[in-house]
Amino acid sequence: MTTATAGGAPPPATPPAPQAVKSVTGTRKWIAAAFLLPALVLLGALVVYPIGFSIYRSFFDQSGHSFAGIDNYKTLFTDHTIRTAVKNNAIWVVCAPTIATALGLIFAVLTERVRWGAAFKLIVFMPMAISMLAAGIIFRLVYEQDPARGVANAVVVGVHDTFTESAGYPKAHPLPSAPLKDGGGGTFITRDAVHAGHPALLPLVGVAADKMPASAGTAKAAKADPGKVTGTVWLDFTKGGGGRPGVIDAKELGLKGIKVEAVKDGKIVTSATAGADGTFTLPASADGAQLRLPESNFHEPYNGVEWLGPTLVTPAIIGSYIWMWAGFAMVLIAAGLAGLPRELLEAARVDGANEWQVFRRVTVPLLAPVLAVVLVTLMINVLKIFDLVFIIAPGSSQADANVLALQLYRSSFGTEADLGIGSAIAVLLLLLVIPVMLFNIRRMRREAKR
Amino acid sequence: MTAVEGIVKARQSLPARIASRTGGGVLRVFLVLVGLFWLMPTVGLLLSSVRSPSDIASTGWWKTFTDPSRFTFHNYASLLDNSTITNSLLSTVAITVPATVLVVVIGSLAGYAFAWMDFPGRDWWFMVVVSLLVVPVQVALVPVAKLFGQIGIFETTVGVIIFHVAFGLPFAIFLLRNFFAEIPRELLEAARLDGAGEIRLFTRVVMPLGGPAIASLGIFQFLWVWNDMLVALIFADSKHPPITVALQQQVRQFGNNIDVLAPGAFVSMVIPLAVFFAFQRQFVSGVMAGAVK
Repeated sequence: MTTATAGGAPPPATPPAPQAVKSVTGTRKWIAAAFLLPALVLLGALVVYPIGFSIYRSFFDQSGHSFAGIDNYKTLFTDHTIRTAVKNNAIWVVCAPTIATALGLIFAVLTERVRWGAAFKLIVFMPMAISMLAAGIIFRLVYEQDPARGVANAVVVGVHDTFTESAGYPKAHPLPSAPLKDGGGGTFITRDAVHAGHPALLPLVGVAADKMPASAGTAKAAKADPGKVTGTVWLDFTKGGGGRPGVIDAKELGLKGIKVEAVKDGKIVTSATAGADGTFTLPASADGAQLRLPESNFHEPYNGVEWLGPTLVTPAIIGSYIWMWAGFAMVLIAAGLAGLPRELLEAARVDGANEWQVFRRVTVPLLAPVLAVVLVTLMINVLKIFDLVFIIAPGSSQADANVLALQLYRSSFGTEADLGIGSAIAVLLLLLVIPVMLFNIRRMRREAKR
Repeated sequence: MTAVEGIVKARQSLPARIASRTGGGVLRVFLVLVGLFWLMPTVGLLLSSVRSPSDIASTGWWKTFTDPSRFTFHNYASLLDNSTITNSLLSTVAITVPATVLVVVIGSLAGYAFAWMDFPGRDWWFMVVVSLLVVPVQVALVPVAKLFGQIGIFETTVGVIIFHVAFGLPFAIFLLRNFFAEIPRELLEAARLDGAGEIRLFTRVVMPLGGPAIASLGIFQFLWVWNDMLVALIFADSKHPPITVALQQQVRQFGNNIDVLAPGAFVSMVIPLAVFFAFQRQFVSGVMAGAVK
């Protein structure tokens, strides 16, 4: 502990760099050492030493005994699995920071003067506070394949089905007693010709209750219309029993959306689609034709996109990353925006620039330093992305979603660990952040001189 | 509205002009839609966590809106009966609290030394610390695992804590050194003239004045350690894993255990979200200072 008397002593030597900040007193060296020791020991043993170890280890083979030169580094770019990781990491580093920053910029500019902008920002920023594991679980749910459970596919299927009519009753078929027979090629056709004024009954079975569209209504017998061929196509099955085959019982549902074709001599004369109650109406030209239910009715329904399959898994995970980090970009950019000199923007407007020109030629260039910091921060962050990929990519497509940090984990701690490869990946990651390291040092020097 | 706000309004920013041209409707609707879109994944998790396993297996969480009577807290009840999960929450606390406190203490000591003490090579040492800001944790996994193995703390809670402290330090020292350096010199000299030694100066003057920076650092480190999975996956005691690792082991069976995963994930998010909402300002200033980490 220093005493006040030590305060009178002149500083022992001029510090190496000119610095405004000096000790209030001439500190005794051992006190400075005591203050610094815990930090320096931990940093030395757990951060600096590992860098040296990894560099050294990366030049040795799997066993660690024989020198391998740059073989491990060559493997990074020749081994198929690791090359996928390198390629995916490149996609990540290019796409994720750019999209997140662009969205952040858009959100920051748009919310700047909206009264409840703060609430919006809070919502977008919130995912930053949660773990990548939790975000991973959240997006596993979003990307669930079954459109009945995963919201992403529910939307995709919803949009798809709005534009393309697909009834999708894959296993529907008539009972042997029904007036329908196999028409070949997955179709069903009436045994006899139908006639106007005599409603046709087309009973089918074999549709699971939970596969019925929610909008399907109770089946109704079609009204007889002397000028038209009418009929009902319905699910001839009463849950819990009590239904009679071939009869429209009280609780039976219409097969909404089923396409019915009238066929004469193998040619389609006309066609109609069943409504929610299963009824359909064909013009008089169908009189005397046979009714055929085409194969398209019995297609497997459209099941949405395979988000976590081999091709889309990386973009899908990048989407979840953007969900987490766009808020970070937005908050930093909003702070930069608040600090812009308003006079400049106003001057540009007075000079007749329209809003887009002001944004493009004044706001964005003035924000360039902030945008650069955001981009670089996100790039460093993305470079070592691990948790999201590890959690979201299912076992079957983890190889396709592979990234460097995941490969490093596998190479270092898997059952077939190869510490040489693991260390080489670590060194590669380190090399990639060195430019940022230098940038930070330069920035610190500049600030110290001020 | 004050006169200043009036002037700001009159300046007509980009959104204000868009708003004035479209009657504000389009912009507002757009922002509301984006906000809902951003909330949706989290809402999905929350609603999934209050549905019975059979409901989860058959329909999507949005069906809860049409049939709200099927809400159930049963998943949470069984989660809290599940000792693996409750113990893992305790482990998370046992890792996070010491790792946060230690970073604040050790980082403050070093930050103060870098800001206000004379010793040879001070600037050079600080430069080394700044350059360590961006070192990826991945570089240290294998070497530190070996090191910890040699001193017998591999796969222990102590090991996880030490690892988090070491990797939290560069940012802590960087943030606190810059903050402490702004303390007016006269204040420290006055305290010194009153007879305060280095330690008294540090505990009575520097630490209290450093409050805001220490708060930002504490929140950041807390969230970072609480949310960590990778370090714990490798270094944590496999008998006492933190919540992230415990849930990660469940993810391998993803599909038929959403009634465990969804409430589990939500429980793991509650504390970070509470901290986030309570300390937004400190969190944001930490984010600002920590950019390019």
